[in-house]
Amino acid sequence: MIFDYETLKLIWWLLLGVLLVGFGVTGGFDLGVGAMLRIIGRTDDDRKVMINCIGPTWDGNQVWLILGAGAVFAAWPLVYANAFSVLYPAMLAALFALFFRPTGFEYRAKIADARWRAFWDWGLVVGGAVPAVVFGVAFGLVLEGIPFHYDENMRIIMDGNVLDALTPFALFSGVVSLVMLGMHGSAFLNMKARGSVQMQARRWLGMLSITLIVLFALGGVWVANGVEGYVLQPGGNLNHALTPLNQHVSRAAGAWMHNFDNMHWMWLAPALGFAGALLAGLLRSAPRLALLASGLSVSGVILTAGFAAFPFMLPSSSVPSQSLSIWNASASEHSLALMLIAACIFIPLILLYTTWVYRVLRGPVRSEDVNKQEYGTY
Amino acid sequence: MHDILVDLSRLQFAFTALIHFIFVPLTIGLSFLLVIMEAVYVITGKEIYREMTQFWGKLFGINFAMGVATGLTMEFQFGTNWAYYSHYVGDIFGVPLAIEGMMAFFLESTFVGLFFVGWKRLSKYQHLLVTFLVAIGSNMSALWILIANGWMQNPVGAVFNPETMRMELNSFADLIFNPVAQAKFVHTVSAGYTVGSVFVLAISAWYLLRGKHIEFAKRSFAVAAGFGLAAIMSAIILGDESGYTVGDVQKAKLAAIEAEWETAPAPASFTLFGLPDQEKMKTDYAIRIPWLLGLIATRSVDEQVKGLKDIIADNELRIQRGIKAWSALQQLRANKHDTAASQQLKKYQKDLGYGLLMHGYADDIAKATPEQIHQAALHSVPRVAPLFFTFRLMVVCGFLILALFLTTAWSVYRNNFMHKRWLLYSALLSLPLPWMAAELGWFVAEYGRQPWTISGILPTSLSTSSLSAASVQASLGGFVIFYAALTAVEMYLMVKYARKGPAALHEH
Repeated sequence: MIFDYETLKLIWWLLLGVLLVGFGVTGGFDLGVGAMLRIIGRTDDDRKVMINCIGPTWDGNQVWLILGAGAVFAAWPLVYANAFSVLYPAMLAALFALFFRPTGFEYRAKIADARWRAFWDWGLVVGGAVPAVVFGVAFGLVLEGIPFHYDENMRIIMDGNVLDALTPFALFSGVVSLVMLGMHGSAFLNMKARGSVQMQARRWLGMLSITLIVLFALGGVWVANGVEGYVLQPGGNLNHALTPLNQHVSRAAGAWMHNFDNMHWMWLAPALGFAGALLAGLLRSAPRLALLASGLSVSGVILTAGFAAFPFMLPSSSVPSQSLSIWNASASEHSLALMLIAACIFIPLILLYTTWVYRVLRGPVRSEDVNKQEYGTY
Repeated sequence: MHDILVDLSRLQFAFTALIHFIFVPLTIGLSFLLVIMEAVYVITGKEIYREMTQFWGKLFGINFAMGVATGLTMEFQFGTNWAYYSHYVGDIFGVPLAIEGMMAFFLESTFVGLFFVGWKRLSKYQHLLVTFLVAIGSNMSALWILIANGWMQNPVGAVFNPETMRMELNSFADLIFNPVAQAKFVHTVSAGYTVGSVFVLAISAWYLLRGKHIEFAKRSFAVAAGFGLAAIMSAIILGDESGYTVGDVQKAKLAAIEAEWETAPAPASFTLFGLPDQEKMKTDYAIRIPWLLGLIATRSVDEQVKGLKDIIADNELRIQRGIKAWSALQQLRANKHDTAASQQLKKYQKDLGYGLLMHGYADDIAKATPEQIHQAALHSVPRVAPLFFTFRLMVVCGFLILALFLTTAWSVYRNNFMHKRWLLYSALLSLPLPWMAAELGWFVAEYGRQPWTISGILPTSLSTSSLSAASVQASLGGFVIFYAALTAVEMYLMVKYARKGPAALHEH
């Protein structure tokens, strides 16, 4: 392999960023559309249009999430084991909510009964909103830390109830995520739908983009002043820190700003978050550009959280010295190298055929189209 | 010994996996049947084959949604409920899962939507390609999942790293060319093709019995009969028994399935039926067929099939060596420059997992008594009776399906199946058989791996997360409620749309 172990870890951290951004930008608007189904969709017809906007592609989009989780499992087994088990109730809430999506999209149209459809409508709302909130909370917890430590055989011990870890900041992050994906979903509908759905979506796009700007700024102030960040104390070769057992970590309010102070280019991420949201709101009568801007905003927000936490992936609030970082929680060099080769082959292919599918499915969705009773209408 | 958290975690995994596998084999099998039907449409231009593809595609979609929903659970669950497992073997186990996502699941999920809405937007050839990619995606998905599962049964290509306290991958080639994984893959996808074929066959038979949609049902029946015969034959011939001769735990599984208590002189006889008695380690009322087991299991007349008593005796020795490895590991973790400990660990490393088996039998593994070691060894093989019976039941289902497809394929060839009502009734009543066989097969494979999650490496009792039993109880309750409700909805829609028949194509 032409890369050394340390570089491989860094590359995988970037790749994880790509997968999360991939999910945020594509699966993100699906979650947003789901969450907004009963708000933007006033009538059954409206909701049919909304579902048909995302029906044929949501499944592929969700694989970014599945692949993201799979990549964490394979590239950072410690993070995967830790995050999923310590955040057990939150993960299961997201999982149970996600059950409503494949079933909701597929089954809702199958029976023309108002109560049946209302049930799946709400199912899709839950399936969109709950995961959006949970993923936001998870990002908030990455910045705040969660209570765990390792025993001498690397078994994770939970220190206290995770529900205690649901701090105001974590919940706030959940709200930011919901607003952000609501905005992105509206931007997508604004581009894809016509008629009353497009009109409503455009209105919400304006409101949610402003809300996101305010909340994101508030979050920034909170992180700079309130949230106690983590600082990895220098010492030794990072490659030798193969486990989270031999490091020193300190905590200080505002420590998450250090990366931005040291590496100015990182400011691009929050700048993108703000500028994207602003443009998405301003350009809402140019739907394609607005969607692009909204996608950039989503990417910017996700990257901001990742950059702030670097190199931490999952800090421990109870025993900070055992926090997980990209250096001490990764898979072996051999596995990382192998999967990098696989990723280099398959991710471009995925992008290629996904683009083709979107091209085939291009064009607006109108209420006349979804009432033609054609094969495959959702 | 019985740890309630471990039991609940196992129960939850077994429940969610078995429900998941109601939907998966139908996706695997039906997707290829769709390819066949659509290919006939593209080649002959006969509209009826397009209608067949679309109608069976509709049922495929109803099933596919549940496969996706329940599949997500599987990916979450290694982390949520088996955290120590994920830590201990994630470096190897995660790799096929990640590649599955990149190579297979993405393909399948991206194109499945286009299968439904792409009929007017794509040329015939393009659409056939889309259907083909969905089928290839679902089959490749099975390949990588079974490479992961095969590694649990026969963990090759990995080595223990005392510093990170986990197994690490050292040969990707060994991982993917693991003979157990290969045997499992062909057996499992053949079983999937069988499920798909019986599904189409049974519903078509039902139409024929009621005199409805005759032209449509006739052709569907014929396609299913041909594909099904090939599928069940390969499922039986390529049974994954051939994978039971490699890997220590596979051997114990084989011996348990066959209630082979003693190592018999080669070639061993096959116990057709009997009542296994675990306490006395013998099988009452056994009916034996000479030579057969030796032939099936070793494909030879001179290789022995090792009996459980000998396996247990071997394991007792391995546990003793494993305890030495464990003690050395503890010293090494306390002081990584302890060269004596390092050498001792190297010497006994391959039995480290057997040392871990003492967890739950001795408070301090290093100070285990001979009696405790003996107890652990007795439980180092799976219980015989559940495996003995489920395996035989699976085989019975398999042969019934074989009989079904032999007769149906023959009457399709003679073109007289439409009037044989007994045959159509048998086809209809056979609907549950392939699912029973598939679920029993997974029970045999996974229960037969006990007491390990990773054969010879990591005991099940150590593999869980550090959760409270109450939280797993709550989540298990949630899964039961959600899965029962969603499965009921799925079955309801399946029956509703099957009843409508191809007429359903002209509505939602």
